[in-house]
Amino acid sequence: MTTPDPQEAAGAAPVFYQAEDAVHPGSATLLGFWIYLMSDALIFATLFATFGVLRSSFAGGPTPHELFDLGLVAVNTTILLVSALTCGLAMISLHAGKLGAVRLWLTVTALLGMAFVGIELGEFREMIAEGATPQRSGYLSGFFTLVGTHGLHVTFGVIWIAVMLVQLGQRGLHPDNRRRLLCLSMFWHFLDVIWIGVFTFVYLLGVV
Amino acid sequence: MSQSTPVSPLLGRLTWESFPIHEPILLWTFIVVAVLGIGIVAVVSYYRLWGWLWREWFTSVDHKKIGIMYIILGIVMLLRGFADALMMRLQQVMAFGASQGYLDAHHYDQIFTAHGTIMIFFVAIPLIVGLVNYVMPLQIGARDVAFPFLNSLSLWLTVAGALLVMVSLFVGEFSRAGWLNYVPVANIQNSPDTGPDYYLWALQIAGVGTTLSAINMVATIIRMRAPGMTMMKMPVFTWTAFCSNVLAIAIFPALTAAFAMLLMDRYVGTDFFTNDAGGNPMMYWNLVWLWGHPEVYVLVLPVFGIYSEVTATFCGKRLFGYSSMVYATVVITILSYLVWLHHFFTMGSGASVNSFFGIATMVIAIPTGAKIFNWLFTMYRGQIRFELPMMWVVAFMLTFVVGGMTGVLLAVPPADFVLHNSLFLVAHFHNVIIGGVVFGLFAGMYYWFPKAFGFRLDPFWGKVTFWGWVIGYWVAWTPIYIVGLMGTTRRVRHFDDPELRIWFVIAGIGALIILVGILAFVIQIAVSIRNRKALRDTTGDPWGGRTLEWATASPPPFYNFAFTPVVHELDAWHDMKCHGARPPVSGFRPIHLPRNTGAGVVLAALALVLGFAMVWYIWWLAALSFAGLLAVAIGHTFNYHRDYHVAADEVARIESAARSA
Repeated sequence: MTTPDPQEAAGAAPVFYQAEDAVHPGSATLLGFWIYLMSDALIFATLFATFGVLRSSFAGGPTPHELFDLGLVAVNTTILLVSALTCGLAMISLHAGKLGAVRLWLTVTALLGMAFVGIELGEFREMIAEGATPQRSGYLSGFFTLVGTHGLHVTFGVIWIAVMLVQLGQRGLHPDNRRRLLCLSMFWHFLDVIWIGVFTFVYLLGVV
Repeated sequence: MSQSTPVSPLLGRLTWESFPIHEPILLWTFIVVAVLGIGIVAVVSYYRLWGWLWREWFTSVDHKKIGIMYIILGIVMLLRGFADALMMRLQQVMAFGASQGYLDAHHYDQIFTAHGTIMIFFVAIPLIVGLVNYVMPLQIGARDVAFPFLNSLSLWLTVAGALLVMVSLFVGEFSRAGWLNYVPVANIQNSPDTGPDYYLWALQIAGVGTTLSAINMVATIIRMRAPGMTMMKMPVFTWTAFCSNVLAIAIFPALTAAFAMLLMDRYVGTDFFTNDAGGNPMMYWNLVWLWGHPEVYVLVLPVFGIYSEVTATFCGKRLFGYSSMVYATVVITILSYLVWLHHFFTMGSGASVNSFFGIATMVIAIPTGAKIFNWLFTMYRGQIRFELPMMWVVAFMLTFVVGGMTGVLLAVPPADFVLHNSLFLVAHFHNVIIGGVVFGLFAGMYYWFPKAFGFRLDPFWGKVTFWGWVIGYWVAWTPIYIVGLMGTTRRVRHFDDPELRIWFVIAGIGALIILVGILAFVIQIAVSIRNRKALRDTTGDPWGGRTLEWATASPPPFYNFAFTPVVHELDAWHDMKCHGARPPVSGFRPIHLPRNTGAGVVLAALALVLGFAMVWYIWWLAALSFAGLLAVAIGHTFNYHRDYHVAADEVARIESAARSA
């Protein structure tokens, strides 16, 4: 059932205790954070599924054709994708050990994130002014909740970057800060992936 | 969204009428709880224990202490949940014909909702999480979990959720919409009161804790196993804990999202689960059961692990069919995700959909049956010692198999159309949850208690507990099976047909026999603490265990293992004993450990305030507590001094003290 221990096979007594701490390859934090992202992805999956069920529940209210300005959404998508690039540049600077460049690219990323959220809020305000409120129909409830949850995540990402910028200022590329930056980068790219889904299923397929 | 009650800027919708002083039952409950609470506070203050409690327990990030606190929470909430059960049993004995019993429908509906909610979320989950927390890191030879602070936060968020449910008893009211807070009853139009809000906020707060805890346990099992412990050399309990927590990560997001959407419906006026404006109530049922069915396996898989450990130890043999046990666990984990629709075959999704879910449900019986045979074959020709944990295993096998078979019966869609929402169903899931989960939790608590405290539990009162629960279970639930088969539906407060009454009287007697078991358990703990000198275990391995948790002292030092154990075989400790391996008595090294922190308690307290403020529409307090949550969470990240080293001579001193004990 079990393979014979090489030491035992050689006749020596096997070692049962070692004084050194066990060496655990890889960071538990990165693994744990990755698992958290998967659970967050399932929250989005649930919201996507709900949106899918309600996608034609207009209840006599406005439909995607009447609501969406694809040009604006394309601009917003571009902003978020560029922010993914700048986030990646921050990571490259991190590996190169260039603190100034890390802070610069993180600042650009945060600004792009804020622009994204600002444009999204503007879109929401316009829709609500036209009477397309979350209370109007099941479809709009699903739309605002799914897109809004993504926007809320981006907002938290921006807050996180702001905190990281302060901590980088205090302690530079401390090992704890490095680990946190890797998590932050995973979070930001995760939001990109979710947005691709939102862009495709909510906006593009909505107006097809 | 119509608001009937006025909302004041200062206190929201909280008024003097929110306090149910006109209800004598609640008033007396409050007096008893208040007297008990004041008594505990007085005792703790008299012995000046607050500082000790705060330093050694509340702020602790030691997985062992966190596990024990989870288990204490579960036992306390068991008393509350069982009080609800007794009240329902009494009502159903009394309310026949002209008698309306002693509970009005408003109150009765809150009781059955609270009973189910508490028993699953605040009894079963904390007890399971507590045992996994305590035992699993020891079994894999680790010094703590992967994220010790997160572990503390998870515990206190669960406590905050439980407290919010308890607050609903005395301020306002709890949900009347069943243990999963079903729409359309829980919609704002049908329940404008605080009930569903208490339910939703309590479970959102506790749910965050459970999800974080599951992530923590999975990362711990993947990353922190002792050298040499490959996946297929992990103890079965660790395997089942792994599968259970993977499953929890996969399902809790669906519940969180479903609850969030119902909160949106209730607070913002969206139309997810409404009957008009394009909403779809059945979507809520699909989402909560997408969580709900796998949740049964989140609870029962670790318990299967407990049965496996106990059976192997008390039969003095290696577990029969270790690999098949692991594969069966994995198969159950996957299948459990594919059966949720069997909770509402009557929804009308058509014959092919119902057939798929019916067959998938029946298929789960195959790996579960394989497990039962593995335990039986382990017992076969084993030298069985019928100590308390082993007695629970035998009672489990006899009881659980019946519940499993009625489950397969309910999985047949045509049969389910007859039995849906009947007391037969209620008897079925109490059969598997009491006969499976509760019996296993007792087996686990009796098995690992000497490890945690260094003395065994008194066997006489343990036997009274055992027979109270086992006989009580059968007397209480067999009549419910029978009236359910006759067609009696669940959640009924008053009956017209006097012929049914005898069955409810028998069920009530059964509940009283279970009460004897519960009281005997409390007495057992008190008696054992008093006689702890006579019951003391100095070996660290009182049962002849096989896995690594028995390789250290009882109770284990806070760093678990002075030397990292090296694993060569399955049943690593048994292997060590066979080779006569002894831990070295010199050559200690400093040990790296996490520092205690109060951040988890503070965050959970703020979450509790946030929940309460949201329930009562006290918007300023909600905004303030949310800002506080953010500030404390961010502030905690500025703490870079989270660990320390225990000096080598300190380790040497503790180890030599443990040897000479």
